[in-house]
Amino acid sequence: MTATLTPTASTGSPTGSPAGTLAKVTGARLGRRRRRALVIGILSVLVVAVFAASLMVGRTFYGPAEVLGVVFGQDVDGATFTVGTLRLPRAVLAVVAGACFGLGGVTFQTMLRNPLASPDIIGISSGASAAAAFAIIVLGIDGPARSAFAIVAGLGVALLIYLLSSKGGVAGTRLILVGIGIAAILTSLTNYLLSRAGSWDLQEALRWLTGSLNGVGWEQVLPTLVALLVLAPVLLGQSANLESLTLGDDTAAGLGVRVNRTRLVAVIAAVGLVAFATAACGPIAFVAFLSGPIAARLLGPNGSLLVPSALVGTLLVLVADLVGQFAIGTRYPVGVVTGVLGAPFLLYLIVRQHRIGATS
Amino acid sequence: MTLTATSTATRPSRRRPGTDAPRSPALPTRTAWRRRLAWLGAGLVVLVLLCAASVAIGSRTVDMPAIVEALGSLGEPVEGLDQAAVVKRIPRTVLALVVGAALGVAGAVMQGVTRNPLADPGILGINMGASLAVVVGMAWFGMFAAHHMIWMAILGAALTAVLVYAIASAGRSGASPLKLALAGAALTAVATSFITAVAMPRGDISANIRSWQIGGVGGAAWDAIGLVAPFLAVGMLLALASARSLNSLALGDDLAAGLGERVMLARGLAALSSVLLAGAATAVAGPIGFVGLVVPHACRLLAGPDHRWLLSYSAVAGAGLLLASDVLGRIIARPSEIDVGILTALIGAPFFIHIVRQRKVREL
Amino acid sequence: MTTHLNLTASTHELRAEGLAVGYGERHVLSGLDLEIEPGTVTSIVGANASGKSTLLRTLSRLLSPAGGQVLLDGRSVHSMPSKELARVLGLLPQSPVSPDGITVADLVGRGRHPHQRMFRAWSAADDAAVAHALDATATADLADRPVDELSGGQRQRVWIAMVLAQQTDLLLLDEPTTFLDVSHQIEVLDLLADLNRDRGTTIVMVLHDLNLAARYSDRLVALEGGRVYAAGPASAVLTEQCVQDVFGLRSRIIDDPVSGGPLVVPVGRHHVAAG
Repeated sequence: MTATLTPTASTGSPTGSPAGTLAKVTGARLGRRRRRALVIGILSVLVVAVFAASLMVGRTFYGPAEVLGVVFGQDVDGATFTVGTLRLPRAVLAVVAGACFGLGGVTFQTMLRNPLASPDIIGISSGASAAAAFAIIVLGIDGPARSAFAIVAGLGVALLIYLLSSKGGVAGTRLILVGIGIAAILTSLTNYLLSRAGSWDLQEALRWLTGSLNGVGWEQVLPTLVALLVLAPVLLGQSANLESLTLGDDTAAGLGVRVNRTRLVAVIAAVGLVAFATAACGPIAFVAFLSGPIAARLLGPNGSLLVPSALVGTLLVLVADLVGQFAIGTRYPVGVVTGVLGAPFLLYLIVRQHRIGATS
Repeated sequence: MTLTATSTATRPSRRRPGTDAPRSPALPTRTAWRRRLAWLGAGLVVLVLLCAASVAIGSRTVDMPAIVEALGSLGEPVEGLDQAAVVKRIPRTVLALVVGAALGVAGAVMQGVTRNPLADPGILGINMGASLAVVVGMAWFGMFAAHHMIWMAILGAALTAVLVYAIASAGRSGASPLKLALAGAALTAVATSFITAVAMPRGDISANIRSWQIGGVGGAAWDAIGLVAPFLAVGMLLALASARSLNSLALGDDLAAGLGERVMLARGLAALSSVLLAGAATAVAGPIGFVGLVVPHACRLLAGPDHRWLLSYSAVAGAGLLLASDVLGRIIARPSEIDVGILTALIGAPFFIHIVRQRKVREL
Repeated sequence: MTTHLNLTASTHELRAEGLAVGYGERHVLSGLDLEIEPGTVTSIVGANASGKSTLLRTLSRLLSPAGGQVLLDGRSVHSMPSKELARVLGLLPQSPVSPDGITVADLVGRGRHPHQRMFRAWSAADDAAVAHALDATATADLADRPVDELSGGQRQRVWIAMVLAQQTDLLLLDEPTTFLDVSHQIEVLDLLADLNRDRGTTIVMVLHDLNLAARYSDRLVALEGGRVYAAGPASAVLTEQCVQDVFGLRSRIIDDPVSGGPLVVPVGRHHVAAG
């Protein structure tokens, strides 16, 4: 049926040889698909490898056999506690949160057509972390209540940004700038809280403001995992529409994308992912910001960035956590390591853009 | 140069051709001058009142006669808690004045140089860049002396200013307000991470760093003010000297060049003045955001687009805003106080959002 | 789906009835009626702010009217499923955005969006449609080049290729020749004329240049103050009175020595030969 949709085969086209062009188009498409499979495959292998390494490496080294034993529920002397209770939830949260940040970040960057417009830069995640600091310092609550509070606040702040930036349709640029303004308010409120905090609360609050996987247990992992399992498919279902949005709202609408609906669904899903992950381990700096552009660099213009970004985000958090724990003398929380990684990336962005400017 | 003067002069008559056309064109100019001068005078009066409030109000309640007595016996050895409180408030007031004026002018110049309504040392990340430099100086080079901190802050501010502009002007459409704000936010995030990374292993100095980073004018001392004063003075003079160039630059680089402006030189000097002002202010009072954003916008309503007026207005209004925030912070959190940087952000950020909402999207 | 398989000429009827559109307080279109004849090229002309783009954007469902409706084959476009509409009616907006680094073939492939389902892989028919669009616009040689590196004329051809890959019988274009030099303007308009002749595609576009609009269109629609001032063949619409009323410009209409149609020669205040 679709074949008959190509009407002019008989009437002829002004130039070129259709057969040659068709071969070229098909070849290019197969090439894109190969590259995509290759990139996703390599990233997946790396994630599995680093995940395994983060279970084995530590103050005590446990071999693959021991680790696998623990994972499959056997009682291994020593390893059951260290690997099963300390390392496993930590590594799983690294994977899940990395994927959440990666997906949330690339969704915003794609939707707003700007590599700088990730949720951590434009204040979307500042709501959750400011709320966590508030819960620690003022309310003095912890555990699931604190996480729930952070999630609700994160969603609320995102909603506020969305409402403030809608004036006859939400414009991307306005959303970004309103987000930056809201983030400034929250930062100054947080600073005020910090200046009033006792030293123990301060340590705890700072942990939530930089992002850390220290002392993570299954009770933090589960809600985030559930959020990922529910919201990631929603986003993946919108991936074609999101791709079309990169052509501009008008063009996308012309292609049959319901622009406002797509944007709303994507924003809700992305904000949800980011808020849940932030409530579990703080806003691990720059993971949302870095994942998309790195994935884009690896993949090239070969289709949706959602899955590759999730993998890159996961990889970033896993590696940064290992580096923060063991590579340097001081034990840094993972958020500090990823934050410092952001600097060379910004520089790289400049260099690359100037190179593009020179060739065109 | 004369063109900028005539363009402001003809503006009112262009708006109301029917009423103004027959009259002499000099007339509206003179009334505009007088009106602007009157507003400036009113601003100065308010400023004096604020100074009085700043000396009189604080966490410790001091009654009027005691204040007058304390002011009368300045320079003599301090007697009693009342007098001590008043004497401590004087450098604080002076510091708020100079820092506020510096930030207001720095913001106005930055908005002029980048032709960007959202430019502000806080939004563009320049404050955080200065903070990072100071923290690095403290942690790695043991630079706790005030004059070291000033140099580091200015160096950090300058580097960040260059960096933020480079990042924002990468890509196709040049440095739009949106890209500048985003680049500033990104650099702020990077600088914050670096500050944490540098400060974390140094438990010994983390208290130093944190108290400085929150900023404020509460810890004012005469020697610190004396140290930054020359930098602020040079910055202020450079800014005022750039006012005419800023008027030409406002028409776009090409047109400014056509009017005989040496664009790169003018832009560089103006940028240098704002970096000096913002860096020195940050060095002595920590990062204080949004004064540089709010003040020029409010002043533009009264002073119009002429930078010679705008800069003077911004200096007065910046000083006033910071002073008022400081006094307010002392009143609402009694007997404690709220740092001025926190209050300016709480006042300024909603204003920022307001500007964003006012603008048409394509202007951003 | 089967309704638009006609191979010779489009049979889809687009019509606007009593269209009223406004931004806030300001009414841009008020009570506008318009019928687009299938298989023709229609150009919408008018002064700045006469509502040309607003009309095109409302016809293509980018704007919702405050009153009246836009009907495609008797159905309101604003209530049709968006993908279904996008398989019949294609749109090239005034300033489309090309994502960084995207190649020509990939961009043209984006036009297949309305023909794809969520979980169906890209098909051979999609490849064929892209290949056709590239050939029809003579951009096949550029297929692997990044769009950023193309010249303005090439880029516009690539965008037209993208809407062609959409395979719609109706094509709406908002000032497809802006920012192009005169030879590229002709190139783009020739391409659209080819499409109309070879595929029977119905074309509706907003054009600034009256003379090019007259030459390349079967019908002109002159807008004035949010209403249709005149509509019909160029020879009937383009009169000295019409140019005076619509553009506020004195002019002479002569015969276009190339096409034989009307040619507008503006009369300003200077350089007017005596007599």
